[in-house]
Amino acid sequence: MIEIVNKPYSYTFKNYASKNKKILCLSGDLTSSCEVDQFRDEFPNQFVSMGMAEQNMMSFAGGLSMSGYIPFIHTFGVFTYRRPYDQLLASIAYPRRKIRIMGFLPGITTPAGMTHQAIEDISVMRTIPNMTVIETGDATEVESICEQANNVDGPVYCRILRGSVPRLFDTPLKIGDIRVLNSGTDILLITSGICTEEALRARSVLIDAGISILHLHVHTFKPFNEEKILDLLTNIKIGVITMENHLVNGGLGTLIAEIISKHGLSKKLMKLGLNDTFAHGGSKQYLTKYYGFDAYALIKSIEKFIGQPLNIEEKDLEQARIENVHSLSKAEAL
Amino acid sequence: MQNKLKSEEIALRIRRRVFEHCIKNNGAYLSQACSSAEQLAWLYNEALNIGDSTMPSIPESFSGVPSINNKKYKTGAGYNGPIANEYDRFIFAPAHYALVAYATLIEVGRLDPAGLSMFNKDGSSVEIIGAEHSPGMEMHNGTLGIGLSTAAGIAYGRKLNKEKGETCVFMSDGELQEGQIWEALQVSVYYKLDNLWAIVDVNEQQVDGAMSDVLDIGDVQKKINAFGAKCIEIDGHDIDAMRQAKKEQHKDQPLIILARTCPYKGMNYLKKRFPRLHYVRFKSEEERSIMNIEISKELGIEPIEY
Repeated sequence: MIEIVNKPYSYTFKNYASKNKKILCLSGDLTSSCEVDQFRDEFPNQFVSMGMAEQNMMSFAGGLSMSGYIPFIHTFGVFTYRRPYDQLLASIAYPRRKIRIMGFLPGITTPAGMTHQAIEDISVMRTIPNMTVIETGDATEVESICEQANNVDGPVYCRILRGSVPRLFDTPLKIGDIRVLNSGTDILLITSGICTEEALRARSVLIDAGISILHLHVHTFKPFNEEKILDLLTNIKIGVITMENHLVNGGLGTLIAEIISKHGLSKKLMKLGLNDTFAHGGSKQYLTKYYGFDAYALIKSIEKFIGQPLNIEEKDLEQARIENVHSLSKAEAL
Repeated sequence: MQNKLKSEEIALRIRRRVFEHCIKNNGAYLSQACSSAEQLAWLYNEALNIGDSTMPSIPESFSGVPSINNKKYKTGAGYNGPIANEYDRFIFAPAHYALVAYATLIEVGRLDPAGLSMFNKDGSSVEIIGAEHSPGMEMHNGTLGIGLSTAAGIAYGRKLNKEKGETCVFMSDGELQEGQIWEALQVSVYYKLDNLWAIVDVNEQQVDGAMSDVLDIGDVQKKINAFGAKCIEIDGHDIDAMRQAKKEQHKDQPLIILARTCPYKGMNYLKKRFPRLHYVRFKSEEERSIMNIEISKELGIEPIEY
């Protein structure tokens, strides 16, 4: 049975920041929503309430950095780049301030609809010079994010999972790495964020159906480990599928497309995610299904890819859910 | 740092230097020198507690933007002295006033006059819109509105550090149209940042012309006071008024000095261009020649040779 961890960011940030007094916790009026309310209550001197004023928050954080502090900005991901994009560039990215931007509610992980769903954050952030871009995919990665982000000599944007987060991995996130979750030769499946859990639901069923899948989990979009992908791509027979909680343009899928074209590789690529569309409010399960990037959509896509039916029913995946993901994750030691 | 010259004299020299540059180069942000010369002279000559420049008097050429591989990168902050507990930190917000800033640095002995010959030349750090790496700058303020927020962040950090030095921002009134300024005021008042102060060049001009015609912003002093900051309005050409304003008590509040100025102060002939004063480029050789003769007279110098 998969382990579900309650609010991993909450204790992770508290444990990490309370030991480094130069860290300041900034919040844009979303303190409990970003799970730093306990930290605020226990370490009020390290907490700076910024209210609903994101433009100021970005430049103010720049100023804090100029006086020797390390701001960790907490708000929904979408509010860190849409409204204050100019400030993000001029006050944080250009001068390479050591500011850690913690973006909550990545992609469709919120029922709050378009205004709250950061669906193009990775595409935006990864094109900004000097920016490091990370996405957490499980509780273990959330548990390692503060330390990893704070090791970066420059600004970092992190997609953070909150609330009940599954534990898929037993080794910490290491910036620049790519996790190999399963080895195979037919299809290279590359997933990130919450899509990795979805893919895990489908994977064993696919393997049972005779598909050999090389499954990778990407958490670092920038700097991206191009060499590792290249190396793994070489022996793939059928093609590559990416699955991301993001627009298919500009994010993971595009990143892989860039590498394939840059190196003149002849590989088919199928990109699952939001296909040039905004989303609306709803549950994660509903939205990933509706927009075609849940476990079953992956199976259907692979059928299209290989040109033959796999005879897998949606109910087959229900059972897959309860398998021990923890042991599967050991495959990364391959 | 006290210069031997009086601030009034430095202000005159700033106007002369920017005017000379404008005539020679057939254009400059000239009216900004008219409006802000006293403020910048006073800041560098009296008001700011800053150390000697740590940078070469002739600026090094552009050495690349900040990147992980650019180990040589430096901002232009060193022209305002070292960053230290007891010293003030100075943020120059209206980056298009850069020429006036460079002229000021020259007149207070922080920059060699030869530095100005690199102005707006390819490969130079003495850029037309002050960049982070330009003399006297510590950040990109070309996008107006971010200066006060940044200074507020610095001031907050310095309060936590219990530092003695203050944080000062030089601003222009046009940028008060940006919403971010008011966000910055909110937070500065809420956090009682009395180690933060600003002087605003209220010349009532913006790119399209007079602010009253472009987007009138009403009674600024009343607005800033209503936000909870201490706001004082003075004659921006009266250095004594600046000295008095800076002495005002503002415990638990940031201090904002509104310096009301004239965009052709000291160069009355420039009034003919009103309200198109944002960037003065001569329309004809004739205009250039007449301006040269008339304004040189006002500034007490021989016409500029060009």
